[in-house]
Amino acid sequence: MTKQIKAVALISGGLDSLLAAKVIQEQGVHVEGINFFTGFCVEGHTHAIRKKDKAKPKRNNALWVAEQLGIKLHIIDIVEEYKQVVFNPKHGYGANLNPCLDCKIFMVQKAKEWIAENGFDFIITGEVIGQRPMSQRKDTMPVVSRESGADELLLRPLCAKNLPETKPEREGWVKRDALHDFSGRTRKPQMALAKQFQIEDYAQPAGGCCFLTDAQYSSKLADLWEARGSKQYEMDDIMLLKVGRHMRPRPNFKVIISREEGEGNFLQGYRKQFVSIKTTSHAGPLALVDGEVSSDDLYLAAQLVARYSQGKMAEQVELEITDREGNVEQVAVKPLSPSEIPEEWHL
Amino acid sequence: MSKVIVDARRLLCPMPVIRVQDRAKELAPGTVLEAICTDPGALNDIPAWCRINGHKVLETRSQDDEYIVVVEIGEE
Ligand code: SF4
Repeated sequence: MTKQIKAVALISGGLDSLLAAKVIQEQGVHVEGINFFTGFCVEGHTHAIRKKDKAKPKRNNALWVAEQLGIKLHIIDIVEEYKQVVFNPKHGYGANLNPCLDCKIFMVQKAKEWIAENGFDFIITGEVIGQRPMSQRKDTMPVVSRESGADELLLRPLCAKNLPETKPEREGWVKRDALHDFSGRTRKPQMALAKQFQIEDYAQPAGGCCFLTDAQYSSKLADLWEARGSKQYEMDDIMLLKVGRHMRPRPNFKVIISREEGEGNFLQGYRKQFVSIKTTSHAGPLALVDGEVSSDDLYLAAQLVARYSQGKMAEQVELEITDREGNVEQVAVKPLSPSEIPEEWHL
Repeated sequence: MSKVIVDARRLLCPMPVIRVQDRAKELAPGTVLEAICTDPGALNDIPAWCRINGHKVLETRSQDDEYIVVVEIGEE
């Protein structure tokens, strides 16, 4: 009996990785999927938090792709190890804080470890030459193969014909003829192939697969690093960057103000880790204060929070300030006027 | 037989799925696992994960602000 050849596909949830896996599956290879959770993944987080969006929960695209393919999917939490990629990307950042090339190398390297542990033969990705300016170029493809250590065990079925032969092709595990030669930014060949496979309703990610490609998110992360004096983050930090209005009135603290009820409920969960502020005389948001603060700072924060409450035009708004131990202090402040809130406070 | 509880409250997707997946690896087929979540996305994601990995969803329900998915672990 011939040995069943097995490949693991990096599944992001987008169309390209779906097609790449399908192309290999069609050749009789056993395919399973692997999806890495970095903490920055564009999943339904903000969606899950915001009350108005709750009625129609968002699907997890990686799971959806696996289901379309009828393959197993292994979701791997790499949050801790991934920090090094975000802090010190050897190949630098893209337009924002996205370390795409290092990220790809890291993920393929993890996949390489995974196939060794699980008795799989090779790795597939949905990369296409020229598709993304930073990480998917003709000159970066060999960098990913080499620096990940996967070398010729890494096959890119969608553009393999434009690249040197890999081991799966040479050994006859897959037929090179049945692979593709896609290149450039166009999506047409992918769409045509999807049609051929009768795949519809796939996700169409805009910029990239994670929040680090988002300019606003990146600027909030850069602000966090600057305020802390070093590049560091915890899972809670990167979750909180997705929620609420972030404002920094003074270098030593920022205020995270909920924009609607769902966000308020979510921020509630952090009241033991942060000083929190809530209006009592008027309906208003819940806010967290991040940083070491003086009572003067807290007064300013309270004035700012009052501005986003229904008492924004009132002479006086009463608020409750709760410290991390749960001690409550009542204050009454005059809300800041819009002219007292400089643009630079908004992160 | 007693149920295995996975507390995935306050975790956002896909963390609840990862918690269930990692716990399921250690369990014998037929074991019943109950995941308690606060992210409503879990009501879609955990059943999808079960379908592709051969586990059976016995029940999904929401209770106050919590979402509960009961799973019977399948054969490897
Ligand atoms: S967009 Fe994010 S997840 Fe995708 S390759 Fe770039 S850094 Fe990695």
